[in-house]
Amino acid sequence: MQTSFTPAQLADPHIATSEQILRKCVHCGFCTATCPTYVTLGNELDSPRGRIYLIKDMLENDRPADEEVVTHIDRCLSCLSCMTTCPSGVNYMHLVDHARVHIEKTYKRPLGDRLVRAVLAAVLPYPGRFRLALKAAALGRPFASLLKRIPPLKPFGTMLDLAPSKIALASAADTPGTHRIDGVKRGRVAILSGCAQPVLRPEINEATLRLLARLGIEVVVPEGAGCCGALVHHMGREEQALDAARRMVDAWLKVKEEGGLDAVIITASGCGTTIKDYGHMLRLDPAYAEKAAQVSALAKDITEYLASLDLPALERKTLTVAYHSACSMQHGQKITTAPKLLLRNAGFTVRDPGEGHLCCGSAGTYNILQPEISEKLKARKVRNIEATKADIIATGNIGCITQIATGTVIPILHTVELLDWAYGGPKPAMLEKVR
Amino acid sequence: MRVSDQIAFLAPRRSVLDRREAIIADLADLLPPGCLVSDIRGLVPFETDAFIAYRQLPLAVTLPETTAQVAAVLKYCGRYGIPVVPRGAGTSLCGGAIPQEDAVVIGLSKMTRILDIDLANRTATVEAGVTNINISEAVMPEGFFYAPDPSSQLACTIGGNIGMNSGGAHCLKYGVTTNNLLGVKMVLFDGTIIELGGKALDAAGYDLLGLICGSEGQLGIVTEATVRLLARPEGARPVLFGFSSSEEAGACVAEVIGAGIIPVAIEFMDKPAISICEAFAKAGYPMDVEALLIVEVEGSEAEMEATLTSIIEIARRHGVTTIRESQSATEAALIWKGRKSAFGATGRIADYICMDGTVPLSQLSHVLRKTGEIVARYGLRVANVFHAGDGNMHPLILYNINDPEDAARAEQAGNDILRLCVDAGGCLTGEHGVGIEKRDLMLHQFSQADLDQQMAARAAFDPQWIMNPSKVFPLEGRPAA
Repeated sequence: MQTSFTPAQLADPHIATSEQILRKCVHCGFCTATCPTYVTLGNELDSPRGRIYLIKDMLENDRPADEEVVTHIDRCLSCLSCMTTCPSGVNYMHLVDHARVHIEKTYKRPLGDRLVRAVLAAVLPYPGRFRLALKAAALGRPFASLLKRIPPLKPFGTMLDLAPSKIALASAADTPGTHRIDGVKRGRVAILSGCAQPVLRPEINEATLRLLARLGIEVVVPEGAGCCGALVHHMGREEQALDAARRMVDAWLKVKEEGGLDAVIITASGCGTTIKDYGHMLRLDPAYAEKAAQVSALAKDITEYLASLDLPALERKTLTVAYHSACSMQHGQKITTAPKLLLRNAGFTVRDPGEGHLCCGSAGTYNILQPEISEKLKARKVRNIEATKADIIATGNIGCITQIATGTVIPILHTVELLDWAYGGPKPAMLEKVR
Repeated sequence: MRVSDQIAFLAPRRSVLDRREAIIADLADLLPPGCLVSDIRGLVPFETDAFIAYRQLPLAVTLPETTAQVAAVLKYCGRYGIPVVPRGAGTSLCGGAIPQEDAVVIGLSKMTRILDIDLANRTATVEAGVTNINISEAVMPEGFFYAPDPSSQLACTIGGNIGMNSGGAHCLKYGVTTNNLLGVKMVLFDGTIIELGGKALDAAGYDLLGLICGSEGQLGIVTEATVRLLARPEGARPVLFGFSSSEEAGACVAEVIGAGIIPVAIEFMDKPAISICEAFAKAGYPMDVEALLIVEVEGSEAEMEATLTSIIEIARRHGVTTIRESQSATEAALIWKGRKSAFGATGRIADYICMDGTVPLSQLSHVLRKTGEIVARYGLRVANVFHAGDGNMHPLILYNINDPEDAARAEQAGNDILRLCVDAGGCLTGEHGVGIEKRDLMLHQFSQADLDQQMAARAAFDPQWIMNPSKVFPLEGRPAA
C-alpha cells in the first residue's frame, strides 16, 4: 500500500517500523472476514483493514489521536486473528501496539475512562493489590447493577461481575525459590508466576509445578519477578510495560546465570505472546535488546514445552474435552496442535468448537473496557462450545477461563490441570461433580 | 488523489457537494445509530477497495441493516440526484467499490443473515452481505455447497459476486455466478424494491437476472439473493503438475480441455507465483519447476482415477516433470489456501495490479509469452497465477506504488496486456469486472454502437445515471445528462 512519510518522520524508528508494516498491506480485505469486531459490528472501521488505514492516516499526518480513531482502535481485541489470515504477512500486532502508545501520548480520554484505566493499571499487575481488590469486590457485588447504570462507572460494575466469589490464599507455588524434583533431573526451567492468574486460579501453577517435578524438571520461581507487562502494554502504557519487561528479563537471566535455563515456562498464553515479543519491544534499548531477545527465545508455553518431553500415551478416558484455543495461543504464538495432541495422548477425547478462530471477548482488560462487544462474543463462543456437548473445557489462558466461566456451567480448566491429573496428580477440585 | 493521471472520475456534482451537511443530516434520520459514517477520519478507510492504485473519499458511507433502509437511502439519493456507490466487502480488484467525491456509499456489510436454506429445492436465500464462503459453510454439514469460489471467497460478499458476476477456480465445471443465481431482491435507484427470479432454474419473461448479474451496481442494489446449492462430490483431489516452461503448461491445459476432459479446476502458477504462495501457505508446492498446474478431479475413486489417467497421459506429452497427488485433506486444503491467497500474498514482495483478461485456450501459450515480453519492456516483473482451464489470465504486475513513474508504467503495461487479450480473441475481464480500471479500454473491446446499446439498457434502470456512475462506460460518448 502507498505510504507518504517524510524522511524526517522515518528517522523515528517507531515510524520506520510501522511504515514497513504498512507497505506490506495490499488492502485485499481478507482480514475483515475473521475479525471478531467486524463480524459483530459490520463496519469496516472496526476491522483490521479499516484500523490499519486509520492508523496510517494518523501517523502520516503526524496527528494527535482523535475520538474517531480512538473509538475504533479501542474496540480492537488484539486477538491477532487477522495475522493468521493475512496472506502478505502484515504485522498488525506491532502496528496497533504503536498506535496504542501514540493514543496514550496524544489523546486525553474522558475522566471516567482515565479513572478506570488508571485503576486497572495500578491493581491488576500486582497480586497483593489485586487480591485485596477482589475481597473488596466481594463486598461490593450487590452494587454491580447500580454501577452499571451510571455510564462512566459501568466498567466498575463489570469488574464486580467478573470477580470470583471465592478468593484463594497466596499459593506456595508463587514463593520464590527452586522447586525440588522427584528422581532424576531432566531439565531446569523458570516459571512466570504472573499477576492476575495466581490470584484467580493458583491451581494452574500448582499443577504445573507438580507435573514438571514428576517429569524431573526443576522449576525456579525467580526473585523479583511479577507481571510480565502485557496488561499495561495493551493499554499503550509503554514505559510501565517496558519497565516490567526489563524486570522480568533481569529476573530470568539471573536464574540462567545461577544454574542454566532450558526454558521460561508460561502458563498464560496472553503473557506468552508478550514475552515472546520482548525482543521487539526492547529492540531500541541498547542495554536490554540482546537480553530481551534471549528471553523471548527461551519463552515457551507450558504445552509447547510438555510436547518436547515425550509423555507416555495413556488409556482412553470417558471424558470429552472441548479445547478452546486462546487467541494469544493460536494467533499470537501460532500454537495450534500441541495442546490438543497432549490432551488426546493423555486419554481425553478432544473436540474443536466451531468458529474457533473467533475471540471469546476476554482479551486482557477488554471485557471490562468494552463490555457490550465482549458480551456478544462471549455468548457466541459459549454457544459454539456448548454445541460440542463436551464434559469439560480446556484452554491455556486465564483471561478466557474467567470470561467463559461466567457464561456456561461446563467446568473450564487450564490444559495443564487436566494433564497433571492424567499423569498422577490430584483430580482438580472443579471436577468433583463431573463423573 | 490518484497515483497516475490516466483514469478520471466523473466531475463531482456541485449541487451535491454544496449540500453535504444537509445530506448527512437527512441520511442520519433515515438510519439507526451506528449506520452512518460522515466524520472525515472515518471516511478515509472507505476511499478504496483492493484496487489501491486509485482512491477517492466519498461524501458519506451508509451501512443499512435492512432492505427497507437501503430503499430509504436510495429513494432519498434518487430524489436529489446524489450518486450512489454500492460496497460489499471492498475486495474488488478493478475499483468497483471505489467511491467518488459526491457519492453516498451503501455498504452491505451489516446485512449478513442467512434467511432460508431449502434443501428440498437445493437453494439458499441470504442477505447480500453474507460472504461467499459462509453460504457453503452453512450447508456443509448437510453435504452441500455453493459452487462459485472466487479466491477472495473468505471475505467477498454474495452481493459483490453478483455485481461482478464473479468466477473462481471451480467455475470450470460449475459455471460462474450467473449460472448459480436463481433470484434476487433488489432496490432500484428510486427506492423501488423488486424481486427477480425465484427458486426455480428459469424464470418467466426476459432473463433480467442475467442482465443484473455482472451489472456492477449500476442497475440497482441487490439486498437478497437466492442461489443454487450443489451436493458435495464423493471425493476431490488436487494434483500438482510441474513443467519446465510456462508454454508447456499452457499447451497442456489447451490439450486437456480440447480432449473434452473437464476437471473441476485447472489452475496455473508460474515460478514467481509459486514462491509467493509457498511463503504464506507452506503447501509444499514444487519449487524447482517453472510452471505449475493444480488440477482438481472429483467424484468416486474410479472416476478420479480415470480422469487423472487421461490428464497424466496428456501432461507427459507436454514434458511434465513432477506429478504429485495430495495425500490428505489437510494437504489439499493447504494447496488451495496457497492458491487462493496468491494476490494478497504478493504483498510480501511488492505492490501489484492484477489483470483479468480472458483468452481462447489455443492462445494461452502465446499470450503468456507476450505478457512476459510486455512487462519486461516496461522494466517490471510479473507473476502469473490464474484459472487456466477457462483461459482467465491473472498476470500480477509487480511494482512500487511509492514510485509514481513505476506506477504509471505498471498501469500502461496492464493496458497493453488487456489489449493483447482482446486482440487474441478474448475479453477485458473474465470475472473481476470492468470497474474503473478497465473502463477506458472498453472501446478496444466494443464499438461505440455496442456501448450505446448497453448504455440504453443501463438507462432503463437508472435514467439519472446516479448508480456507480464513474465505472464501466468511458466518460466520453455517454448520453448527455
